[in-house]
Amino acid sequence: MSPVLHLAASNATTEHRPLIITLFAAFVVGTLFITVWAGRQTKDAADFYAGGRQFTGFQNGLAISGDYMSAASFLGIAGAIALFGYDGFLYSIGFLVAWLVALLLVAEPLRNSGRYTMGDVLAYRMRQRPVRTAAGVSTIVVSIFYLLAQMAGAGILVSLLLGITSDGGKIAIVALVGLLMIVYVTIGGMKGTTWVQMVKAVLLIAGTLLITFLVLWKFNFNISDLLGEAAKNSEVGQKGNPDAFLEPGLKYGVDGMTKLDFISLGIALVLGTAGLPHILIRFYTVPTAKAARKSVNWAIGIIGAFYLMTIALGFGAAALVGPAEIKASNPAGNTAAPLLALHIGGVDSAWGAILLAVISAVAFATILAVVAGLTLASSSSFAHDIYANVIRRGQATEKEEVRAARWATVFIGIVSIALGALARDLNVAGLVALAFAVAASANLPTILYSLFWKRFTTQGALWSIYGGLASSVFLVLFSPVVSGSPSAMFPSVDFAWFPLSNPGLISIPLGFLLGWLGSILTKEKPDEGKYAELEVKSLTGIGAH
Amino acid sequence: MTTEAPPPERDTQTSTAQPTTESFVQVQQSTEFGELRRTYRSFAFPLTIAFIAWYLLYVLLSNYAGGFMGTKLFGNINVALVFGLAQFLTTFLIAWFYSRHAAAKLDPKAEAIKSRMEADA
Repeated sequence: MSPVLHLAASNATTEHRPLIITLFAAFVVGTLFITVWAGRQTKDAADFYAGGRQFTGFQNGLAISGDYMSAASFLGIAGAIALFGYDGFLYSIGFLVAWLVALLLVAEPLRNSGRYTMGDVLAYRMRQRPVRTAAGVSTIVVSIFYLLAQMAGAGILVSLLLGITSDGGKIAIVALVGLLMIVYVTIGGMKGTTWVQMVKAVLLIAGTLLITFLVLWKFNFNISDLLGEAAKNSEVGQKGNPDAFLEPGLKYGVDGMTKLDFISLGIALVLGTAGLPHILIRFYTVPTAKAARKSVNWAIGIIGAFYLMTIALGFGAAALVGPAEIKASNPAGNTAAPLLALHIGGVDSAWGAILLAVISAVAFATILAVVAGLTLASSSSFAHDIYANVIRRGQATEKEEVRAARWATVFIGIVSIALGALARDLNVAGLVALAFAVAASANLPTILYSLFWKRFTTQGALWSIYGGLASSVFLVLFSPVVSGSPSAMFPSVDFAWFPLSNPGLISIPLGFLLGWLGSILTKEKPDEGKYAELEVKSLTGIGAH
Repeated sequence: MTTEAPPPERDTQTSTAQPTTESFVQVQQSTEFGELRRTYRSFAFPLTIAFIAWYLLYVLLSNYAGGFMGTKLFGNINVALVFGLAQFLTTFLIAWFYSRHAAAKLDPKAEAIKSRMEADA
């Protein structure tokens, strides 16, 4: 039965390719209009980096949601729930709870004491050049990993939804995504990017709400029935053990090592969010710390609602599409949500095709908005931290700085097109988890120490950033994500000796430890006057830009 | 573009004069600022530890207490699902709780210190 259905699905996608392309093109044209409009209003550095700091708490909350809910959340989590049941849902919880770290400890002090980048806060009371360089390197590494995952994801999505399977076609799509993100960021700056993210968030929430409503309607709004049907149709259900689908352990409960891996992932998710540079710079787009707090609250509400709906999406796909068809379409389950849209509308009906087209276009919009945010974060950090403060030693004018940021955008765009084209067939799931682990290991310890620990020093900051960065990248390099397993990036070779696919369990404590050790093992005296400035500013907002 | 507040000052050279480092040190050591710091830290730090512990408890139970998590409560709804939904609920509640605390206890204190420093500068 499954090959037939799979055929039906791909027939529907190819037949309705014009519709999918039309919807996608409408989004692109609409966002390009916004970008040009925003570009006309982008005059100085604060406009380019921080959207003029004129967004309201609600607008920024919406944009944060648009920046955060990546294709990995939308397609990945729905697929993971559809195939692994309850264990897929675990991602949703980690991704949401993480926002409390941002709300309670990071958003407001960061808004009060920085201007444009994460490096502003990290370098505040340290020697500028080494710490700015470290912050820039870490920002760019985290963003590129994240970017690469989104670019490769775009290639996979297109090949599945538009039936483009040739290498040339996939490379063309990656290049198109890269080109669009260069245009969004160079022309629209933060203002344009923010509006694109807001539009995307509204589309994503609306699309998810619609599918959720239709799924629940089909089950007369009885969630227990939905879960029961999903469990019955799951792979374990067909083997006579449906309950296992609704319990933890299907994916991570295999043995002691996978359980440790799950703890590692859980810690990286919950601590990574507040260290992601593209999220942190969003706090600078509102006028005050109070507005930053309000935007995180809105983001928690919107993101929370979205992740709650992943239950209906994932279990709905398991119940109505079934694991065989999902796996036939994409072994990792990444097309579960679009397939669910097709089935809920009716496989052979126009409604099914329209729903599929809508959800696919939403997925493209999701990828574009996230890559724009990531590109902006890395080019801002290059221009503001590395170019203006390290290379030009603070002597660059605002105009020169913004020009450098635009060139950096073009450069980063080209690099990610090249890397994305090379990585188009690689398994990319590990890259996003890696970005979270690096952010939690290299950035979060330094942010927290900078804000709250009087004795933190330049050496501590450097040890923590570089130590966290190097250890997480090093461990991933020798993990099953890169080699030695069928789902690895390079399945044909095996140089893996680190057993966990997420390095967080080791590298996050190491990042904290190194920051502390580096600070106590130096003769350098912490700058107490500068700490007084930072502490008073961060809590009161005095002199905030 | 709709904004809820009048456009803030541009952060160019026209922004307000910055207080000196000495005045920052003075404020940092004042009892008033000490109280603001205590009010913030004594709320945010324990709450952070609490929600991380609560989240880790959930992760550990999912890992090592499969039988308990699989207990069915009604229909196909088991303890694991209720526990997961409880994490959502507590996240919303903590966000609300912190924001209420900040608005009532932190913002007035911070505002008072800020306006005094700006008047002095």
